[in-house]
Amino acid sequence: MSLKFVENVKADVTSDIVYMMCPMHLLKLDEQIRELDREQVLEILTDYDGALEDIPQWCDKTGNEFLGIDEAEDFYKIYVKKKASL
Amino acid sequence: MKTRYFDHVATNPLLPAALDAMMPYLKEEFGNPLSVYDLGLRAKNAIEDARDMVASLINAKSAEIIFTASGAEANNMAIKGVATAKQGEGKHIIISKVEHHSVLNTARSLEKAGFAVTYLPVDKYGFFDLDALKKSISKETILISLIHASSEIGTIEPIKEAVAIAKERNITIHTDAVASTGNIPIDVKDLGVDMLSMSAHQFYGPKGAGALYLRQGQRLVPLIYGGIQENGRRAGTENVPAIVGMGKAAEVAKAELQQRNAHTGRLRDRIINALKDVEKVHLTGHPTQRLLHHASFVVEYIEGEGMLLMLQAKGIYAASGSACTSKALKASPTLTAINVSPTMAHGSIVFSLGIDNADEDIELLLEEFPQIIKRLRDISPFRKGWGEEEGGSKHV
Repeated sequence: MSLKFVENVKADVTSDIVYMMCPMHLLKLDEQIRELDREQVLEILTDYDGALEDIPQWCDKTGNEFLGIDEAEDFYKIYVKKKASL
Repeated sequence: MKTRYFDHVATNPLLPAALDAMMPYLKEEFGNPLSVYDLGLRAKNAIEDARDMVASLINAKSAEIIFTASGAEANNMAIKGVATAKQGEGKHIIISKVEHHSVLNTARSLEKAGFAVTYLPVDKYGFFDLDALKKSISKETILISLIHASSEIGTIEPIKEAVAIAKERNITIHTDAVASTGNIPIDVKDLGVDMLSMSAHQFYGPKGAGALYLRQGQRLVPLIYGGIQENGRRAGTENVPAIVGMGKAAEVAKAELQQRNAHTGRLRDRIINALKDVEKVHLTGHPTQRLLHHASFVVEYIEGEGMLLMLQAKGIYAASGSACTSKALKASPTLTAINVSPTMAHGSIVFSLGIDNADEDIELLLEEFPQIIKRLRDISPFRKGWGEEEGGSKHV
């Protein structure tokens, strides 16, 4: 799977899980997406490399939209848009 | 023989209400909080209820409480966790000279790992030198960890003032409040600290349970990796009974704090007022800005161990210095920091009070203790130096 990079994405909610390991990125993703309104954007801050693969795959499975990754100094910002219909 | 326990900073008896709350989780409610069936869910809910109670004790949000196995673990987690997280910004840490060993030795271990540590001096009461704090801060400073109240000398430190200095420079600040949480009112929002450590058995909860308050938004590298317990910040299957007991003890402490303080404060003042008239017995720590259940002294010309053994023979339990230093027969760093000479530091004694102490206990102590001092001095080899001052300062 090729990585998709983005810049200046405006997020509605940010979840900071820097320094937390697997599977916190998937648990927080699931928890936060449930709380968002449809088509709102979640930003996940993480330094866990596995998230680069896991989060796009999770989006494929659940039907939410993986917007892309923005690299900060020592962590990643990963953007996910909640699907329009359930 | 009836025993009188005056060592409440070492530990406390478990509150009966805390034991009652714990019992089901030691017996039939043995579920793993991560299990999805009802037995697990009930354990999970019990932990979350305890988290609410502990958060309420210090005016934190529930999500800001991380349960640990002890106050020492909370101190290690805070200091190592933030030092590791922020090492890209700098490698300088500030602690004081009157810290507990779980802070002191953690800082020393980081020193070995390449961090620079400043050990902040204190005055004769044990108060931090805030000017020295300002001066010791550099661009490299990433963390300040200062004790809230000393279990050795009782002094309650000016943490709010230290927080103001740290925040002006955007430095993370932690306080070791193990001796004070549950014993005096604590409001983390008012104090303004980023992290605060506490221990359940210091407020009549069980041993094996502690917590770190971690302000929302403060990043920290976990000390223990593994599962998703404690929101991924502290792996390991939770000690459910101990956490439940800690929650109950926190709830009761909050409700009864005023009443407990009025009781222990009055008993403390009886001890301080009586012993200040005994020749060459000096109060350590500040006379009023101190824990309400804490009276500490140095007694010239005799050793702490001798006093403890003779008190024990009368059914009275007390402590000499911190538990660690009295076992190692080493002058306590805290007493050294407040300028008590090494010889005098060996005559350290701490009476820490609790809800189980009554006036008659104090009367027995005040009757026996001066006699014990006299008997020990009569046989003391140090007595030869009587009259030649050894550099210790009298505070009362």
